[in-house]
Amino acid sequence: MVSEVLLDSILPTVTKPGRYTGREWNAVVKDWPQARLKVALAYPDVYEVGMSNLGLAILYDILNREQGILAERVYAPWPDMEQALRQAGLPLFTLESRHPLRDFDWIGFSLQYELNYSNVLSMLALAGIPLLASQRMSAPADWPLVIGGGTCTYNAEPLADFFDLFVIGEGEEVVLELAHLYVDVKRGAGENWKEEFLQRAAHIAGVYVPSLYTVRYNPDGTPAVIAPQQFGVPERVCKRIVSPLPPPPTRPVLPFIRAVHDRGMIEVMRGCTRGCRFCQAGMIYRPVRERPMAEVLQAVDELLSNTGYEEVALVSLSSSDYTCIEPLLRELSARYAEQRLAISLPSLRTDSFSVALAEIIQRTRKTGLTFAPEAGSERLRRVLNKGVTAEDLLRTAEAAFASGWLRIKLYFMLGLPTETMEDVLAIADLVKAVRRIGQRLHGTRCQVGVSVNTFVPKPHTPFQWLPLADAALIQERQAALRAELRDRAIALSWSDTESTWLEAAFARGDRRLGQVVLRAWQLGARFDAWVEAFKPGLWRQAFAEAGLDPAFYTSRERPFHEVLPWSHVDTGVDAAFLWDEYQRALRGEESVNCREGCMDCGVRAAFALRECPHLTSKE
Amino acid sequence: MQRFRLTFQKGAAVKYISHLDLARAWERALRRADVALAYSHGFSPHARMFFASALPVGVTGHAEMVDVLLERPISPRELASRLQAQLPDGLDLVGAEEVALTLPPLPSQVVAVEYEVCVASRDSTSAMQARLDGLLAAPSLPRRMGRAGKLREYDLRPLIQRLWLVGRRGGLYVIGMWLQADSRGTGRPDEVVDALGLREAARAIERTQIRLQIRS
Repeated sequence: MVSEVLLDSILPTVTKPGRYTGREWNAVVKDWPQARLKVALAYPDVYEVGMSNLGLAILYDILNREQGILAERVYAPWPDMEQALRQAGLPLFTLESRHPLRDFDWIGFSLQYELNYSNVLSMLALAGIPLLASQRMSAPADWPLVIGGGTCTYNAEPLADFFDLFVIGEGEEVVLELAHLYVDVKRGAGENWKEEFLQRAAHIAGVYVPSLYTVRYNPDGTPAVIAPQQFGVPERVCKRIVSPLPPPPTRPVLPFIRAVHDRGMIEVMRGCTRGCRFCQAGMIYRPVRERPMAEVLQAVDELLSNTGYEEVALVSLSSSDYTCIEPLLRELSARYAEQRLAISLPSLRTDSFSVALAEIIQRTRKTGLTFAPEAGSERLRRVLNKGVTAEDLLRTAEAAFASGWLRIKLYFMLGLPTETMEDVLAIADLVKAVRRIGQRLHGTRCQVGVSVNTFVPKPHTPFQWLPLADAALIQERQAALRAELRDRAIALSWSDTESTWLEAAFARGDRRLGQVVLRAWQLGARFDAWVEAFKPGLWRQAFAEAGLDPAFYTSRERPFHEVLPWSHVDTGVDAAFLWDEYQRALRGEESVNCREGCMDCGVRAAFALRECPHLTSKE
Repeated sequence: MQRFRLTFQKGAAVKYISHLDLARAWERALRRADVALAYSHGFSPHARMFFASALPVGVTGHAEMVDVLLERPISPRELASRLQAQLPDGLDLVGAEEVALTLPPLPSQVVAVEYEVCVASRDSTSAMQARLDGLLAAPSLPRRMGRAGKLREYDLRPLIQRLWLVGRRGGLYVIGMWLQADSRGTGRPDEVVDALGLREAARAIERTQIRLQIRS
């Protein structure tokens, strides 16, 4: 255990020492020697970010409910703490028992964002654990298993060298299957236990053991074959789903220091029926499963009495689509009026129904409303299959301003497929129209926030074959918007093209990028998701030293027959469906919402679903 | 409406939690205890709770105070037992008494605070005593506070009301001090320790008492 006295000598010297002290309400500290499986759940970003992640909270809950298993938490130390730990000769430790990571059986990383990859290496290095999975196979062979989960595992190839296994998809069930297998194999604990464990784990649905697959490349650098090395290891790894949704965690660890999302979370629905073609979440979280309203109400009740949170978020990819959303909000706001409970809906559809919903929950403070039309022109929104018209948006804005909201925030993307300057200027027109409505109803008090992100074509979406738009083009379009939207009532923000190319390269990259991550980390890359820490030059140097061109990954349109680095990962959605959607996009054809009809994406067949989407009844 | 004065300890487990974060932890503990905390009116309602004085990060507190206003009547005993069950490690409720709603706000009643500082030093007892005496004998102690660019000068000496050697505990010297803490000025224990030439030697600081103007 890391000594208190030593910690007392370093904590006063670092920023936000509360990130490293643990002992929060609901933290679970289990008996160390009693545990047969000890898991460190790791998030490769700071505490405040990691504590806002629902996935890890779910796994923490599931694992700690099991007898004989303990799960503790660890987050990436900020560079000042990294340095302080190194100087003091202290290893990275978990918050609960302050054991070094080295003492755990598993280190389970939540991989949600490509720009966190360098921090994964920092955390392993600070734990004194060899970075490469191959180095951890040789004696002493009892290094912890390094496991990855989360959305990045849908193309985990750039991290394949560092991980023993990935879990693809929803972890609720598979984590326990792995736990039981581990206890079973470890009990025998022969010399080659790790090989045996990985071999057997590879047979569990949803488990991807990268070392059991060979990747061969064509002379032009594209993958030729990605294939298992042995008989019995699946050729394609199919993601896991759980259905129906298991009960949500209602006793989450309550952070002392303010988390990014400082509120309780109850997931009301998983998946989204809208089928927006750019959206990775919309494709990989299929099928849609709703949680019955009675279960949500009970969960909120338990959550509040276990945490004392003054705000609860009803989490999903599109909360206004939840069948019972209106009665649910009415019930919640009536039940918890005395406690001044704030309710938030992180994802509102652009329509007046959503404004009506927002009115139910924001009777006291009307802070701001956020909508995501994504593109400026009708034509381009049809390409995206974002079924929102300009009229929808203006009517929504009218309703919102008329109901007393003063601030509206709009999300758009630049660099979308088929986008022209005309589409970009349509963003400006739309924003100005919204601004005029605000002005008419509130005069100078109204504010329109406009956030313009660069579109990154993501794996497993209809746009996965497309290149990232050229940085010069993006900058030109950003400049055009800046010129058009010079207005004190309009706050425009846009994404940095440097971090966009890095995100795109890793999102779309192959195994060879492992050496780039390693080299960039050696050169000092840390916290690349943070403007104040991001040094794109290090990454360029790392690419150059590895003899790899980032443009090969970011800027190349890929043909349908090309073996994509993630083609051995099966989300249940057929590649043929994705390609078809891509072609429909180019023709400007819309596809129907799953609630209205089935586009036969493949998920229904892949998981033998009787009911898809799985909706709750209104009664 | 009822007003309670809670006395509590902030232990080593939570000493790195800042004042604002601690306030939120208290609010949530009160919400879990289900005791009808009163809220301010207006756009963003605030829990009506008022701490006597913010504790610097890294300092433990032996007798901290907070006033809370509740909307539904409850006995001090009931309040204490419900609340104690909801406090995280490192926070302990020592007392709960009902006080008059008409009392001035708690922070405005604070006049002075007492600290104990543990220091590791090879000084003999008499040498340590001489350090303290020397500081007290100084007619003024001009010091600078704040960050670069916003430095301000002030005199620490009048803020030190008492300074004495408590004794030795676990191989460390314990120094006691009463520092002024009101609207005219607030003495900081780390500043006194620094003025004593013991900045590197300080191992632990605890606020042991808060003195109020009006006893309730």
